[in-house]
Amino acid sequence: MTFEATELNIRNKKMEKLFRILFLMMTLLLILPVLIIICLLLAEGHEALSVDFFLTAPQNGMTAGGIFPALVGTLWLVAIALLVSVPLGVAAALYLSEYAPDNWLTRIINLAIVNLAGVPSIVHALFGVGAFVLFFGFGTSILAASFTLAIMTLPVVIVSTRESLQAVPLAFREACWNMGATRWQTIRHVVLPNSISGILTGIILEVSRSVGETAPIMFTGAAFFLPFLPQSVFDQTMALSLHLFVISTQVPGVPEHLPFGVALVLIGIVLLLNSISIAFRMYLRGKKKW
Amino acid sequence: MIMNNITSADNNRRRASADRRNMDWYLDLLVRFLVFIGGISAIIFILGIFVFITSQGIGFLLDRFDIAEFFGSPLWRPTSEEHPTYGALALIVGTASITGFAMLVSVPFSLGAAIYIAEFAQGKVRETLKVLVELLAAIPSVVWGFIGLSIMNPFIIKLFNIPVGLNILNAGIILGLMAAPIMATIAEDALKAVPDTYREAAEAMGATRWQVISRVTLPSAKNGLMAAVLLGVGRGFGETMAVLMASGHSVNLPTSPFDSVRALTATIAAELGETAQGSEHYQALFTLGIFLFIVTFIINLTADIVVRGIRKGNI
Repeated sequence: MTFEATELNIRNKKMEKLFRILFLMMTLLLILPVLIIICLLLAEGHEALSVDFFLTAPQNGMTAGGIFPALVGTLWLVAIALLVSVPLGVAAALYLSEYAPDNWLTRIINLAIVNLAGVPSIVHALFGVGAFVLFFGFGTSILAASFTLAIMTLPVVIVSTRESLQAVPLAFREACWNMGATRWQTIRHVVLPNSISGILTGIILEVSRSVGETAPIMFTGAAFFLPFLPQSVFDQTMALSLHLFVISTQVPGVPEHLPFGVALVLIGIVLLLNSISIAFRMYLRGKKKW
Repeated sequence: MIMNNITSADNNRRRASADRRNMDWYLDLLVRFLVFIGGISAIIFILGIFVFITSQGIGFLLDRFDIAEFFGSPLWRPTSEEHPTYGALALIVGTASITGFAMLVSVPFSLGAAIYIAEFAQGKVRETLKVLVELLAAIPSVVWGFIGLSIMNPFIIKLFNIPVGLNILNAGIILGLMAAPIMATIAEDALKAVPDTYREAAEAMGATRWQVISRVTLPSAKNGLMAAVLLGVGRGFGETMAVLMASGHSVNLPTSPFDSVRALTATIAAELGETAQGSEHYQALFTLGIFLFIVTFIINLTADIVVRGIRKGNI
């Protein structure tokens, strides 16, 4: 008996092909415009990029020169934000993954994390102004801006860390507990060593996120233009993301290639960090022992 | 009972000899305490955000706030000398129209992309697409705003032959491109969460792949897909820099996608720097912040309840 394709079979086959192509087109339409845009940015901005661009301060009312102070300022902001959010985020993830019982408190914590991630960045900025600049008296400073950034990116650290902690099989912990180890000894010697690389990938993602954020640092510590570098955490600073906003909207007479150059640098940093994180994750997946 | 025969002194001695608490035990207790603090920090911060923005905006809420004016009047004139008005209607409509346009553009594409990546693509293609989508989601919002300003703006002016290209269309497309990767990722997760046994059962009945998707996978993943769209809406609602730079930023009740509008978030970002701390205008901006906080809170809460629906429901 030979198989004869009925009318219905053929129609189904055609439908399937049609939908496959339709959805592929949708995926490509999602990705292609962005690739085209990045190419346009490259075409317009590459002439701004030079060693001097990275190592000189803006000159002539920001219509010339480079981005050195903004680059240094972003480094300050991100570094201090990390100092706050990594310990806090890892502790929260440890609690949720290793300690938290399945009760209402845990449910509320999870809900709070989701909501913290969903609060608009400008509302975080208002919080930063109300809490750190005014209430705690930091003034508009690197400290206030970094704290605001840290709280905003906290959910990124918590969620990614929790995922890598939970990827460690329960059996590893049970073996350790059976030897009489305390919970902390188990975490310190079994859980963390087995998940540290996953936690690091999450931290890289957080750095990438913090580098690009603009609204939360606008009123809390980032300045439009400063001719000098910050000396302490109580100084204001320039920042790369705000610098792009300022020279593309607030300053008249900026030559075209300058903001394109800054946008390229920002996109470059962010995509580089994300690629590192993705590559790292794939490498780990290949190496996994369990 | 035997216990009754033992004196309390005996009992204490017994307990003392059985007490093996050493440094490690106390260290464990300390860590337990510390991670608990970390654990509840998210709750503290959410409450803190609400308390601090309310405390800054409360003066306006008590003295000047007029619900009919706030939600009913399109006149946002906080800097007027003799008679400042605080109507947020135009700002709410601005935010809603940009977000609505963005969703119109991005929901079909992101769901389509999620279906392709989760159900059709395989192996290397699938991995590559996933990585690309993840990279797209990482582009900072200020860069998107700049793209709207310097690439989309001249493009729209030329294409439609209009004087200004910073409008709902521009901001909507930019916002759509921003929200799409996020929605696609969450939707793809939701589709992947549908057990393979469902698909296998349908395939065993002779269903084609499209039939499996349309009759089995999509209905089962419906809640997750809805949550993905909701989170996309929340993202659009709260987006600040891109909307500030691409929307034209003029207080306006729009009649077409080519009108410039101003969003709630953008208003705060543009005006906060120019107001005196504690002034009526300053407090009014914090009131906008409270409104934004509450709306996004409701959106996120709804998304969470919808997702919880899947876990309790059929999967």
